[in-house]
Amino acid sequence: MALKPVMVGERIKRREDPRLIRGMATYTDDVKLHGMLHAAFVRSDHAAGRIVKIDATRAKERPSVVAVFTFDDLRGKVGAAPCTAVLPGMNHSPHPLLADGEVRYAGQPVAVVIAREKYAARDAALDVEVEIDARDAVVDPEAALRPGAPLVYEQFGTNLAVHLAMPHPETERLFAEAHGTVALRLVNQRVAPVPMEGRAVVAHWEDGPQKLTVWTSTQTPHGCKQQIAICLGLPELRIRVIAPEVGGGFGQKIPNYGEECLLPWISRQLRRPVKWAETRTENLAASAHGRGHVSHVEAAYDRDGKIRAVRGKTLAELGAFASMLGPAIPTFTHLLAAGPYTIQAVSWEIDVVYTHTMATDAYRGAGRPEAAYNIERLMDAVAAKLSLDRVEIRKRNLIAAGSFPYSSPTGAVYDSGNYQACLEKALAKFDYAGAVAARDRARAEGKLAGIGVATFTEICGLGPSTGTAPPARAGTWESAELRVEPTGAVTVMTGASPHGQGQETAFAQMVGDAFGIDIDSINVVHGDTDMVTHGVGTFGSRGLVVGGTAVHMAAQKILAKAKRIAAHLLDTTEERVNVESGVFSVVGGARKLSFADVASAAHTWGVAIPGEEPGLEAVARFEPTGTTFPFGAHFCTVSIDRDTGELTLERFVSVDDVGNIINPLLADGQRLGGIIQGLGQAMCEEVRYDESGQLMTATFMDYAMPRAAMFPRIEMDTTCTPSPLNPLGAKGIGELGTIGSTPCIVSAVLDALAPLGVTHVDMPLKSERLWRLIQDAQKNGGAR
Amino acid sequence: MKIRLTVNGEAQDADVAPRTLLVHFLREELGLTGTHIGCETSLCGACTVHLDGKAVKSCTLFAVQADGCAVRTIEGMGEADALHPVQKGFWEEHGLQCGYCTPGMIMATSALLAENASPSEAQIRHALEGNICRCTGYQQIVNAVQHAARAMREGK
Amino acid sequence: MIPAEFDYAAPRSLDEAVRLLSGTEGAKVLGGGMSLIPALKHRLSAAPLLVDIGRIAGLDQISVTGGRIRIGGRATHAAVMSHPGLARVHAFAEAGEVLADPQVRNRGTFGGSLVHADPAADWTALFLALGGEATLVSAKGSRCVGSDQFFQSLMTSAVQEGEILSEVSFPLPGPKTGTAYSKLRQPASGFAIVGVAVCVRAERTGVIDEARIGVTGVNSVPFRARSLEDKLRGKAVSGPALRAFCAEIAEASPLSDMHASAEYRRHLLGVYAARTIERAIGRAQA
Repeated sequence: MALKPVMVGERIKRREDPRLIRGMATYTDDVKLHGMLHAAFVRSDHAAGRIVKIDATRAKERPSVVAVFTFDDLRGKVGAAPCTAVLPGMNHSPHPLLADGEVRYAGQPVAVVIAREKYAARDAALDVEVEIDARDAVVDPEAALRPGAPLVYEQFGTNLAVHLAMPHPETERLFAEAHGTVALRLVNQRVAPVPMEGRAVVAHWEDGPQKLTVWTSTQTPHGCKQQIAICLGLPELRIRVIAPEVGGGFGQKIPNYGEECLLPWISRQLRRPVKWAETRTENLAASAHGRGHVSHVEAAYDRDGKIRAVRGKTLAELGAFASMLGPAIPTFTHLLAAGPYTIQAVSWEIDVVYTHTMATDAYRGAGRPEAAYNIERLMDAVAAKLSLDRVEIRKRNLIAAGSFPYSSPTGAVYDSGNYQACLEKALAKFDYAGAVAARDRARAEGKLAGIGVATFTEICGLGPSTGTAPPARAGTWESAELRVEPTGAVTVMTGASPHGQGQETAFAQMVGDAFGIDIDSINVVHGDTDMVTHGVGTFGSRGLVVGGTAVHMAAQKILAKAKRIAAHLLDTTEERVNVESGVFSVVGGARKLSFADVASAAHTWGVAIPGEEPGLEAVARFEPTGTTFPFGAHFCTVSIDRDTGELTLERFVSVDDVGNIINPLLADGQRLGGIIQGLGQAMCEEVRYDESGQLMTATFMDYAMPRAAMFPRIEMDTTCTPSPLNPLGAKGIGELGTIGSTPCIVSAVLDALAPLGVTHVDMPLKSERLWRLIQDAQKNGGAR
Repeated sequence: MKIRLTVNGEAQDADVAPRTLLVHFLREELGLTGTHIGCETSLCGACTVHLDGKAVKSCTLFAVQADGCAVRTIEGMGEADALHPVQKGFWEEHGLQCGYCTPGMIMATSALLAENASPSEAQIRHALEGNICRCTGYQQIVNAVQHAARAMREGK
Repeated sequence: MIPAEFDYAAPRSLDEAVRLLSGTEGAKVLGGGMSLIPALKHRLSAAPLLVDIGRIAGLDQISVTGGRIRIGGRATHAAVMSHPGLARVHAFAEAGEVLADPQVRNRGTFGGSLVHADPAADWTALFLALGGEATLVSAKGSRCVGSDQFFQSLMTSAVQEGEILSEVSFPLPGPKTGTAYSKLRQPASGFAIVGVAVCVRAERTGVIDEARIGVTGVNSVPFRARSLEDKLRGKAVSGPALRAFCAEIAEASPLSDMHASAEYRRHLLGVYAARTIERAIGRAQA
């Protein structure tokens, strides 16, 4: 009973937008409750030290101040900030909601002031005197592992949180037999996710109903509810978490944070609603960072440029504590280490390291951009060694279209792909030959011009849930509930709580097509744990792949029942009912019923149907049997000012394959956003601490965000290789742009500098860094 | 301090502490929460409003400085059934995702188009120097501005 | 991020403003507020009283008469860069275009930028290159300070407590004179890593009769590259020769920070100076 798609595949403008473009949406900081109090945190100025004294006397004297809390008030009464990814054998110490005598990073919450007015809370927070006996800090992960380094946790005797070894039995042999090997030290610098809305929490304990309602800017409302329950020792039934409008997440709002547990506890103590909205400075200092890898990577290759084996050792900065998923993120760097290539063996070791810095966690791509960066840099390095064209070497290594599902030596199973078709389309769109000729002409004129190449795949829609265990209380599935109203209008409830992706539109398109109903008679509800059946959230490019599939499944369940009802109403058998665009008819008969007719009959139940219950609704959960692997080929051209090192991105071409697309307008948006975010990391973004652990990039004055004028118009196209792992054939799209764009522009910069003999650069590609490379090369007599 | 100003065409009398930032006055006192706060350094533009017709950052302005002035916020741009062309442009071209930067983007754009009815792509990108968007990668915002410019030139 | 409490006054006249300023120790002038307000919010600055000069009639006037450019102390960046009388003095529009962003330019003031003396602010270089003069008014009267005496040390201008910058004036560049400004932006803040303003008189083709070169972003204080100005006088240089002239600027004592090392700033200064001078010469002879 497949319906002809009417809306799926169309560029339908978003249903979310009318409230957003009018400023009528409700973000957490817009929530205002009667009697609401305001929280302001007192945070550590030091990266490492012992708290000698906290004196809140002056703060408490302010008339507006209601309370000041420190760890002494919490001791034994609440749990810690959650981490659901404590790896076996890991040195792990639960992270207290407020510092328990020790501070381990600058920005760590030490005390919290509660006042009747927002401004007064800030004044009073500044009045709290915190005396810290500062110690030496360690911020560099390599330094952190050296003997004698300051320890983040004395009790472990080391800053190594956990060592992970993922050897492959063939690697060493292949390296020994190889025609050649290359080795690179690659830094994937720490960056800040920077959702434009920072984190914010409003907690409201109502003593009458004994109910806690928490509005929080999160990607995972159900997980947040569970973690608050664990931390506060409250039954989950007493907690309702609402993720209202969420102003971006990019992974930073997957973790549930200490503040999200502390504010509810305070609200319960004071029996008043309490609000906190972080400042940008707090967001940059004390919301999870991303990346932060130093990797030593090697490739063993044949004479013809086939890469046989790859091995690497990654130092992954965990920061000062284990954030929710932090320790698990670098494992993806191993899983995707072979990229889209037929590499026979991959061995990897990962040292997850504590430093006196903010914790790292998922950031758009989460481990896969690091993997793609490693393998793409290796691919270019091998091409250089063999004087092979960088496209040619990729062609020789790409997994053949007929090889799917493909088992990577890391254990990953790639669902489907046609990398060659994607690459060919990108080559044509970019006009590779023309671009090479133009670059060579520019070089002949003495200019520094380069072409960047990246072919990549990634891992989306993680699953199955096998191995998921408490304290996580949900696997990798997603939920959907569809309720058909008597009029035939449909309420869709999704556990994949979005924060800008557009599920309200995409899911409505799917449901509208399934039932042949107008998009305006569909309402998509999300982000409220009292309304939405237990779900997981939106991250890891899973919104459509996993959440959308659950919606599709629920719709199929409803159609099946609708068909049975229609059969009864049409006096026929289920098999003889034909459904097309929501119209139910008997094969060969004239009588027709609309979806609304069936919905009405399902509720009025005037003709009771034996063996059926009244009503029309369904809950479905999609448990992925495997992960999806979208892929792409990116090309770009850059020029570099020889005198100043200033970098100009001139063109960027992206041809990607995300399987079937529900709404190309939204898909374009996801890809464009990801590409610019990936380019942002490559071009300008970097979280930096000084040696004492002070955050040097604490505001937008020093943390460089990508801005509109830095970029040309991105040229885009797609190929379509549906995923066999879900009925939508979707592969996931949210993170895609960040995977390939970063290595692509670095590839272009190295190509531009290649005539000077430059073979290595680290990110970000700041003008001074490029200028120094040019200077050094020219001093060393590099060709001009 | 007593101040009197018009906000979205409506006269407002208020008594504010001198240190009250305009953005807080709009959000907390008037309940106009469409104007957002994305940083404290006047660099993100989420708080952009019009002050006597000019785009300004309301996080870097005291409410007392707006005494006697006309403030226009995103809420004053268009009605549900009569959207401002710039709002329409953002909707049509998918110029927003999470929507947090959007009110500021729309206010900055409408100020740009008041000065330059046919900006080039480079001029649009330059004019949005003071507004950060983390979601869209800016391209669909540029499309939105071009869409709005076209519509406004055609008098729609 | 909320400022500490303060009192606020919005006088209608300059007289009243200076009286208020002198009446309260530590009182500060609130102009456009683009530097002061963020500093107050981060509690890097505080004042018992802010005297808002935004309501003083006429203080935002810009005029070009009698061979002199006059910019009122409250004139915004946007007003300055788009003033038709200044169109011929290209450096104004050029510096304005790359100064912060439109919203900041609508609020921030030319005069405030000078008073604040940020070592990386754009107008400071132009002020030096065009040989401006600032009129400072206080309860004791008024005085004029030339651009060469204006910037004293890091974030410190000649403006004393109790003084208000009421006007900045410049000689209108004559015929055969060209101006230009260019900068490398610090990628996060948009301030100058190096910014160079040039005013060149070149009566005959290619020969520099006189050059004034203002530099921002490099040292802890904006400065004039006098050694370079001297070297260029009477010379007909361009291209690599000009670059060589600009390579060593004796006054440069560059800052080093996470965005640019001293060495890089010194190098950039040479490159940007040469490029900006070349553009200004082109205009002088256009």
